[in-house]
Amino acid sequence: MEFQFQFDWQAAIDSIPYLAKGIPYTLLISFGGLLIGFVLGIIFGLLSINKKWFLRWPATAYIEVFRGTPILVQVLFIFYGLPDLIGGPIDPLTAGIAAIALNSGAYISEVVRGGVQSIDKGQTEAGLSLGLSRSQTFWSIIWPQAFRRMIPPLGNQGIVSIKDTSLFSVIGVGELVRQGQVYIANTFTAFEVYFVVAIMYLAITLSLSLILRLLERRGLASV
Amino acid sequence: MTQIVKIKGMNKYFGKLHVLKDIDLTVEQGEVVVIIGASGSGKSTLIRCVNGLEEFESGTLEVDNHPLAPKGGNQKALAEIRKEVGMVFQQFNLFPHLTVRKNIMLAPMKVKNAAQVVANATAERLLNRVGIGNQADKYPSQLSGGQQQRVAIARALAMEPRLMLFDEPTSALDPEMIGEVLDVMRELAKEGMTMIVVTHEMGFAREVADRVIYIHEGQIVEEGKPADVFDNPQNERTQSFLSRVLAH
Repeated sequence: MEFQFQFDWQAAIDSIPYLAKGIPYTLLISFGGLLIGFVLGIIFGLLSINKKWFLRWPATAYIEVFRGTPILVQVLFIFYGLPDLIGGPIDPLTAGIAAIALNSGAYISEVVRGGVQSIDKGQTEAGLSLGLSRSQTFWSIIWPQAFRRMIPPLGNQGIVSIKDTSLFSVIGVGELVRQGQVYIANTFTAFEVYFVVAIMYLAITLSLSLILRLLERRGLASV
Repeated sequence: MTQIVKIKGMNKYFGKLHVLKDIDLTVEQGEVVVIIGASGSGKSTLIRCVNGLEEFESGTLEVDNHPLAPKGGNQKALAEIRKEVGMVFQQFNLFPHLTVRKNIMLAPMKVKNAAQVVANATAERLLNRVGIGNQADKYPSQLSGGQQQRVAIARALAMEPRLMLFDEPTSALDPEMIGEVLDVMRELAKEGMTMIVVTHEMGFAREVADRVIYIHEGQIVEEGKPADVFDNPQNERTQSFLSRVLAH
């Protein structure tokens, strides 16, 4: 018997409107999470290079814990585990955003640390020798230079986090993969639907890459 | 005469290494002091102590009547000292993300709350003074090494310092650019700026210095007028150092 498979273009096209409903959730979870993660990354990244051990150690602990455990376990812990602790349910969207925030925050902390540490010590010395305070030196001299160097690894993290949201189908957030699974359950067109899902992720990540590349080109022109 | 720098019995260690040994040094207002010595002798470390970029372990250090305590004590005095002391580095250390103009305007605006128009006027005046008035809107990476170092001098001068420290300002320059930087320094000296200069430019030291100090292994072993130190060194280590650097 001959096995024949035909890619059903019509099925793929038909699935688009339904799948597209997942895009806002995917975007909200990834960019909402990344925004908070960026703030966490700046805070913990800077704390992790502080001279004072009682600031450095907790920051390092946070980074190691959230880099060292799978994000799937983290989101399951937040969604199924934390309600026991706080005595009430957490909605899947909040759990997803929290997981991306905490997880990307740990990685971004390392990006921030690397960026700041890559700036030559002479820059700090020049700032201090001109009479600027330590914080003035940091925010007007070190940070702008460090931030430019952080753009490529931040872009990396953004893409990773966008893709990580696909795991959150397990807690029932109606993001892209979840939408796909529900659609396939009714139509049995797995090949076509996952193909479209993949294209949609690619469209999001490629847009981000493009934006970052433009940002980088503009920023780096002056250095 | 006002003494701008007063150092007594200063000692500095890097771990177990005793890099500065019982340094006594005073610098009068308007004086140009040139420090010479082999690399690793502690001469850079000495001037970096003057504006607190390095801490010292014992002794006293006073800059313009602000006493700096050992081990980074007395942060208030340190802040005052840094406002009054300019420094020029071997590697220029210009801020690469800012234009030349902004490099110079930054400190007056942040530290002295100077208005932007005032800071800008200062920047343009100083750039003209160091001979690169037409480069104000370029970025440091677009300038030659000599031009960058002149910007660095202008940047330090913008804070109207009472004392200028030069840490091997020409050591990172191509030979043809050394002259333009030394010219600016020579002019500054003529105008009465108090300067402590660490350099290997013996010709400059001989011509511009009021006093030359030779440091060997963290100790001041010889000190005097340039003519005396260069032509008639008393200490045999100074003699052997000079015979090595002046031979070519």
